[in-house]
Amino acid sequence: MILPWLVLIPFIGGLLCWQAERFSTALPRWLALLTMGLVLVLSLWLWASADYSLAAVTDGAPVWTLEFNHVWIERLGINLHLALDGLSLLMLILTGILGVLSVLCSWKEIQHRIGFFHLNLMWILGGVAGVFLAMDLFLFFFFWEMMLVPMYFLIALWGHSGEGKKTRINAATKFFIFTQASGLIMLVAILGLVLFNFNQTGVLTFAYEDLLGLEMPPGVEYILMLGFFIAFAVKFPIVPLHSWLPDAHAQAPTAGSVDLAGILLKTAAYGMLRFALPLFPNASVEFAPIAMTLGLIGIFYGAILSFAQTDIKRLVAYSSISHMGFVLIGIYASTQLALQGAVVQMVAHGLSAAALFILCGQLYERIHTRDMREMGGLWARIPYLPALSMFFAIASLGMPGTGNFVGEFLILFGSFANNPWVVVIATFGLVLASAYSLIMIHRAYFGASRSGEALRGLDTRELIMVLSLVALLVVLGLYPQPVLDTSAASMAGVQHWLGDALSNLVPAR
Amino acid sequence: MQYTLSHFVALLPLLIVGITAIVVTLAIAWRRKHDLIFGLTALGLNLALLSLIPALQVTPQEVTTLMQVDRFALLYMGIILVATLACATLVHAYLGKTNTGEGFPGNREEMYLLMLLAAAGGLVMVGASHLASLFIGLELLSVPVYGMVAYAFFNKRSLEAGIKYMVLSAAGSAFLLFGMALAYAESGSLQFTALGALAVTPILQIGFAMMLIGLAFKLSLVPFHLWTPDVYEGAPAPVSAFLATAAKVAVFAVLLRLYQVSPATSGGWLNELLAVIAIASILFGNLLALMQSNLKRLLGYSSIAHFGYLVIALIASGGLAMEAIGVYLATYVLTTLGAFGVVTLMSTPFKGRDADALYEYRGLFWRRPYLTAVLTVMMLSLAGIPLTAGFIGKFYILAAGVESRLWWLLGALILGSAIGLYYYLRVMVTLFLVEPGLRRHDAPMNWGQHAGGIMLLLIALLVFVLGVYPQPLLELVQGATLAAL
Repeated sequence: MILPWLVLIPFIGGLLCWQAERFSTALPRWLALLTMGLVLVLSLWLWASADYSLAAVTDGAPVWTLEFNHVWIERLGINLHLALDGLSLLMLILTGILGVLSVLCSWKEIQHRIGFFHLNLMWILGGVAGVFLAMDLFLFFFFWEMMLVPMYFLIALWGHSGEGKKTRINAATKFFIFTQASGLIMLVAILGLVLFNFNQTGVLTFAYEDLLGLEMPPGVEYILMLGFFIAFAVKFPIVPLHSWLPDAHAQAPTAGSVDLAGILLKTAAYGMLRFALPLFPNASVEFAPIAMTLGLIGIFYGAILSFAQTDIKRLVAYSSISHMGFVLIGIYASTQLALQGAVVQMVAHGLSAAALFILCGQLYERIHTRDMREMGGLWARIPYLPALSMFFAIASLGMPGTGNFVGEFLILFGSFANNPWVVVIATFGLVLASAYSLIMIHRAYFGASRSGEALRGLDTRELIMVLSLVALLVVLGLYPQPVLDTSAASMAGVQHWLGDALSNLVPAR
Repeated sequence: MQYTLSHFVALLPLLIVGITAIVVTLAIAWRRKHDLIFGLTALGLNLALLSLIPALQVTPQEVTTLMQVDRFALLYMGIILVATLACATLVHAYLGKTNTGEGFPGNREEMYLLMLLAAAGGLVMVGASHLASLFIGLELLSVPVYGMVAYAFFNKRSLEAGIKYMVLSAAGSAFLLFGMALAYAESGSLQFTALGALAVTPILQIGFAMMLIGLAFKLSLVPFHLWTPDVYEGAPAPVSAFLATAAKVAVFAVLLRLYQVSPATSGGWLNELLAVIAIASILFGNLLALMQSNLKRLLGYSSIAHFGYLVIALIASGGLAMEAIGVYLATYVLTTLGAFGVVTLMSTPFKGRDADALYEYRGLFWRRPYLTAVLTVMMLSLAGIPLTAGFIGKFYILAAGVESRLWWLLGALILGSAIGLYYYLRVMVTLFLVEPGLRRHDAPMNWGQHAGGIMLLLIALLVFVLGVYPQPLLELVQGATLAAL
């Protein structure tokens, strides 16, 4: 029974925050903090109390550590099916951590319509938690689309407008249309899969387990896989479909960026690991070279554009595209090591990108610009903040000792055996990563100072937020074993479903 | 033919609405009292709704050769009656209180009479199993609507809209009659079943095509949509609501019945014609809605697109399609009633022009949170976002399309939805924007206490509940089958 509560708590908490604004402006913040704290504690408790090293598959059916199943729409064979395994759990914990942080980082930034803001924030997180737990394709899609509306409001109502008056609304609309339209394509693919299954077996069902291992003609499988892939590719984002991301990030409030980069992008990677690969193994293996090429393009495109940005948030946004390129390669290389690496990279990037966006937000609160041409010489003017930015910039370029290194290393190491050339090329992406990370630090914090006036340092709240992220990244970098153990069984599951397809491919070479 | 009690029971909804119309006429002649007339209308419509339950016991029942009362007909009768009831409630709020002196300056009571007559026409249509009853129903539905659209005849726009609707509607009827004549020439019968039993010939196909065009006028499918935005804009808001819901549902139901029984429509170029109409409706409806700054016009264009989506299910016409149409129409009616309801309450009481310009809704959230919540839910539902009934409707249409492998049409649907999002979101975000020097144009403070306000909240709640738990609606629609022919 704990699984539905993980989804429901944010929704209920959000409604409470909304109404709490009547009584005091601080109350919604504390309620939101409490809500996300509860989600985090519950998911950590789940981590501590259950065993995630069970075999992911027995007798051709996936095994869940925890499960909740209830009839929802009987007519169409749709169930409220929530289930938890190692992968879901890790993503849930990430959601909890970033949820708490996004409440904290809005503490000073959001000063009007506080109740409604937290309603939206909580509902995004509730939707994301639902995505990570849903094991019914209809339910998954339901949550997938549902989290867009509050995100839209978050950007459109509390965002920063750039030049012109309407840009934040345009950015929000662009985000919404991109993700919603691609979502509809996925819905068509879901329906195609379900109806294909119906024609084969006479059972109308949206259940994940029932649809796994369905034998399909190659053409059908490929088309349906593409339907899923496009939806995930937009959110991932994969390069030709990425253009909403920098705009959304640039205009979003800090909490919006944190959630967007930290967890919304991860829902796409999660969707590929959970749905696109296992449901369509043959097509996925066939598609893998294209996907990896797209990943490579993403790495370089993101890195080069990142280097050219003057807006510090756009820079971080483009760097996300670059980092997610590695995740894409890891996912489609599909060896145990690469998949594990992808998971670690997802967590590490979630933490480091969130930290960079939080720091950007803090910088903006102090100097009221995100334009790096207006910065320079800040190292001397603000205590702590530049040094911490330096840490995360270095983490993001993949320095050993941070989680990002572990993730990228495992991805490259794991992919090398089957795809040496992809790895060789991708490695150069790391060089570019150093270039844009360091240039960001250089432009913002070094060089000639615009004024000698000292700026306010970080207060306790801000320090706690950032330092806890530092600690998490270092722990992940130095001792990633718990994370790897937790996700190992799930990744073995992915491999199991891909298994036949992969082994069929080898003799063909 | 012997008439037994069961025949009358089957026709009970129609009879009650008819009697109510007569009672209302007499009551107006006896004493002009707005509240009284509204009370009688509401009573009659509620009784008609209740009479669906005994009627359900005797279905399927053929009442003369003209009417076929089956579960399908009863479902759509129910939808039409609910929509009419909602519109009547909105009209009551819109026309204003008698004693306060504000509100509609002319006679108010005849609006209910016209609405009842139109509803009766709609009920005839959904039960029609004969081209004659189809035509009678259609005219009985259309003619009172001319009057309703032009009800504020001293207002130039309203009058213009009324005349425009009349002319184009008459053109549509002419097409319909010509089509019927061709079909009759070929078959010698006007019965749906007789037409259905016929071998497909070119003349019959042309006849059906012309009937299709006639009905497409009423459904405002592209390229027969030109009247829609002007009429929606010019007509009083509750009348637009009626036009967009009850009137269209009736026409679509009869089209569906005709389509299901007739082999002339399955396969062949008629299907391709319909596909082209569907794609054009979806794309044009959505594209033209993009730049509207008038909420009523915007809803008019969006209704064009929505009926384009529905035509997809009509073309699919097998498997899930019937259910899809039922579910979609039910959710669409609820949503549209809600959206027009908000416009109506914003314009209540009548003051010459409706509050339909988008800028009047700017920052509404900070003044009228509940009204805004209702409109937000309606916009999300029109856009087909989860947690609202509109999503379930769209989901069904997609399922029907995938089942029948109508990939091109589905492509149009996805593209159309993506375009549609833009203007639905635009309306939605407008509601939440704060601007200095806000123009104040408020619904009356106590709008929530009016019957209209309560009804709107109920509709919004229903849209939400059906979005989360649609099972009851699905069961209802699943049971609503056409009688075996």
